[in-house]
Parts: sequence; C-alpha cells; structure tokens
Amino acid sequence: MDLFETFLNFEVLARSFPMLLKGLWLTLKLGAASILAGLVLGLALCMMRLYSVRPVQILTRIYIDVFRSIPLLVLLIIVYYALPFVGVRLSPFASAMTALTMVSGAYTAEIFRSGIEAIPKGQFEAAAALGLGHRQTMVDVILPQSIRMVIPPLTNNSINVVKDTALASVVAMPDLLKQATQAQALAANPSPLIGAAAIYLAFLLPLVLLVSRLERRLNRGKA
Amino acid sequence: MMSGYISIRNLQKFYGHYHALRGIDLEIARGEVVCVVGPSGSGKSTLIRCINRLEDFFADSAIHVDGVPVLPGANLAKVRAEVGMVFQSFNLFPHLTVRQNIMLAPRRVRGTTKAAAAAQADQLLARVGLESQAEKYPSGLSGGQQQRVAIARALAMEPQVLLFDEPTSALDPEMVGEVLDVMRDLAQTGVTMVVVTHEMGFARQVADRVIFMDGGEVIESAPPAEFFSAPRETRTRNFLHAVLDH
Ligand SMILES: Nc1ncnc2c1ncn2[C@@H]1O[C@H](COP(=O)(O)OP(=O)(O)OP(=O)(O)O)[C@@H](O)[C@H]1O
Ligand SMILES: [Mg+2]
Repeated sequence: MDLFETFLNFEVLARSFPMLLKGLWLTLKLGAASILAGLVLGLALCMMRLYSVRPVQILTRIYIDVFRSIPLLVLLIIVYYALPFVGVRLSPFASAMTALTMVSGAYTAEIFRSGIEAIPKGQFEAAAALGLGHRQTMVDVILPQSIRMVIPPLTNNSINVVKDTALASVVAMPDLLKQATQAQALAANPSPLIGAAAIYLAFLLPLVLLVSRLERRLNRGKA
Repeated sequence: MMSGYISIRNLQKFYGHYHALRGIDLEIARGEVVCVVGPSGSGKSTLIRCINRLEDFFADSAIHVDGVPVLPGANLAKVRAEVGMVFQSFNLFPHLTVRQNIMLAPRRVRGTTKAAAAAQADQLLARVGLESQAEKYPSGLSGGQQQRVAIARALAMEPQVLLFDEPTSALDPEMVGEVLDVMRDLAQTGVTMVVVTHEMGFARQVADRVIFMDGGEVIESAPPAEFFSAPRETRTRNFLHAVLDH
C-alpha cells in the first residue's frame, strides 16, 4: 500500500477542494464572529467584575469561572440539543457561535482584567486628579495601555476559538472539519482530512509565531 | 465657619485600624504657598491626597475648597478640576505624547477644542522650558523634563490650587533645580500651592508658611523665617536638626 496514494492523494484532494473551501469559509465566519462577540462580552464582563456593585461582581465572577471550567463540547451539545426542550431552537451556526462566545468572553474578561490590573495605580490617580470621570479614565488612559499588553494573550485566545470551531461539526455544521470528513467518506480516502489539517495549520501557525514575536517584543520593552 | 480658601476641619484618616491622620485643622488662604515637611510616615502625602479626595476620609471630617465640600459625587469633579496635583513619580500617560498628555483633560473635562488645547499645551510647554519636546513620548524625556511636563499638564486645567507630593524626590540631584525653578515661578502667579517636600531651601525661600507634621498631626505651623530660626516645638527642632545637619 502506497502511503502517498492513501494520505496525500492529489486527485482526491483536488476533487474535494471546493468542499474544503466552503467549509473553510464557514469556519472563518464562525471564528471571526465568535471572537468579536467574545471581545465585546469579555470587556463588558471585565468592567462588571471590576467596577460594579458587589452582587453583580460576584455573579460575574461565577459566570467567568463556570464558563472557563465547562468543556466547550458539553456546552455546545447543551445549547444545540438541550435548549430545544425549553423552546429555544438555534441553528447549528448560532449554537456554535453562542457556545464559543460564552466561553471566549469568560477568558477574554480575565485577560482584560489582568491588563487593567497591570496598569500602575498612579495612572488612575493622575487621571482622577485631572478631573477625568471613570469612563474617560478607562477609554483615554487605561484601556489604550492595557490593550497593548493583552494583544498576545488575546491572539492566543483567538487561536483557540478558531481551533474550537471544529467542534461545531458535531452539531452538523458544515465547517472545514465536517466537509473534510464528508469528502473522506465520499472518496473513501483520508486525504481530505490531511488537506483540512494543512489548511488549519496554514491559518493558525503564522498566528502562533506572531504571538511569540509580540511576547518577545513586549518583554524586551520591560527590560 | 470657614476662613481659608482651603479649609480642613478635624481631618481623620484611618488605614484599616491605623490612625494615619489624627484630627488635622488647617486653613490655607487664597494664593498662599504652604510647604509641608515632616518625617517619613507622618501623614504628609495622606493629608494632601485628602484635599482632592484621592483618599477617602472619615465622615466627621470636612474639607472645603473655595467653599465647595470635598465629597464624593458630582461636586468632586468640580473640585478636582480646580485642584491640580503633581506626583513624586510624575504619572505621565506613557501612550500619549507630551502635547497629548497636556491636552487630554482640557479636551475631555472642559470640552476645549482640539486647536485651542494644542495651542494652550504649546504655551505651557514654553513656560516650563520644553517647547521643543511636544511630539516626544514621556519615556524619551529625563526625569526632570517629565516632571515639568506633569506640571504643565496640571496647569492646563487652570487650577486655583496646586498640590505637590515630593515632586523632586524621584529625581537625580542635577535635575532637582530645574523643577524647583518652575515651581518658584508658579509661586509668583498667585496660585495656591501646598507642597510636600524635603527641600528645606525651597521651603525657606518660597513658602509663605511651613507646616511640620509628625505622627498624623500638625505639630507646628509658622512663616519660614520663624519656622527655621526659632521653632517652638521640641519635635520640630529635632527634625530640623536631623535634616539640616548634612
Ligand atoms: N494605602 C495605605 N495602606 C495602609 N497604610 C498606609 C497607606 N498609605 C499610607 N499608609 C500609612 O499611613 C502613614 C502615613 O503615610 P504617608 O504616605 O501619608 O506618609 P508621608 O508623610 O507622606 O511619608 P513619606 O515622607 O515617606 O512619603 C504611614 O505610616 C503609612 O505607612
Ligand atoms: Mg509621602
């Protein structure tokens, strides 16, 4: 048996390529939408956790800890298969985006918090002494500094979100992985799976390298 | 009744159980320059940080600035807009240029137009001798330059009161002079100044009144001539001996 013939069958790959592309497009859409929604949710959660009244702070904290603990696959299956029992029926895309966003938001909130807490107290005091309100202090003074610091961990989180989109194939969303498994079944050959892996790598490996570079640059700034 | 422009009545401050300020009463007149001296931990920083309420203080205490009570809420922004502060560690905003540092508060708090704020910033930079540094970021400046920018930033709100918390303590010795010179000029302008400092020469020359604190209390308050040559309290004398004898 020829290894190439089996795993890198170009004929099969070429035939399945349009399917893979369609899957990739959906994967990217799901990834981007979940990342963006997760950023918004994460910033909101972070503000609630740091600057709201005590009961809200506690609830926010519980949310963050719960959604960082729950396996994404479990959450996804609950959203897709359990919510219909209470009358909430979401499409595969909406289910996947909901689950990804809820989890990504929890991680993002913690990332933002670390970024804010890393800003010296003197920055808050200088802003307060100038008469800036809380919102202005955040928008003009604190967050612009935090964001620089949190770009590497946020990019890391985004990589995780894109990787986790593959879980959406279990709720029958025709993403890259799902298309690849279908193409594999059609062709009775695993090459489409290898193709999908290569596509994931092509998108994510550069991001991984970018994070390392950013982290090195930030650390150099510190020294 | 209040008599001072800044009026401090029975100021009590606790850090947990630690009684940091033990009933300070202090009246500061409009345009007065007051230097606050005293040993480390005596509560000097805490005192001036209460004036713009960077520190919360005990409910029985009262501070008024120009008749406005320094309480949390809507009035506080009003007080803070009138009271500038300069910190030991400068606390410039590192992501903004020097000019942007100065423009930020007028733009955001007063709603000054961009052009007007920029023109004002450049004027203030000229006043502190840094007109050529407007485009730089704080990290590109020396400590003395950064502190002069911080002073310009505080002045941009055209405050009636300026609070200084050891503005030269973080500086290399050769840069202390340039900052004190700016402060000396400011003292001539009629702005009310409260300066926590270890620079006895500055206090002697520039202050209208010197206040000695120890253990969270004001021990002595006198014009510099009297304060330095004929201190009444033993603790003041001991302190002056310790700091002036080298
Ligand atoms: N955030 C805080 N929490 C607990 N204790 C504090 C805090 N800030 C100050 N203190 C204590 O309150 C006392 C007064 O502090 P403060 O900073 O006002 O002194 P200071 O006169 O400014 O001293 P220095 O000359 O060292 O700056 C000190 O004993 C200090 O340890
Ligand atoms: Mg101090």
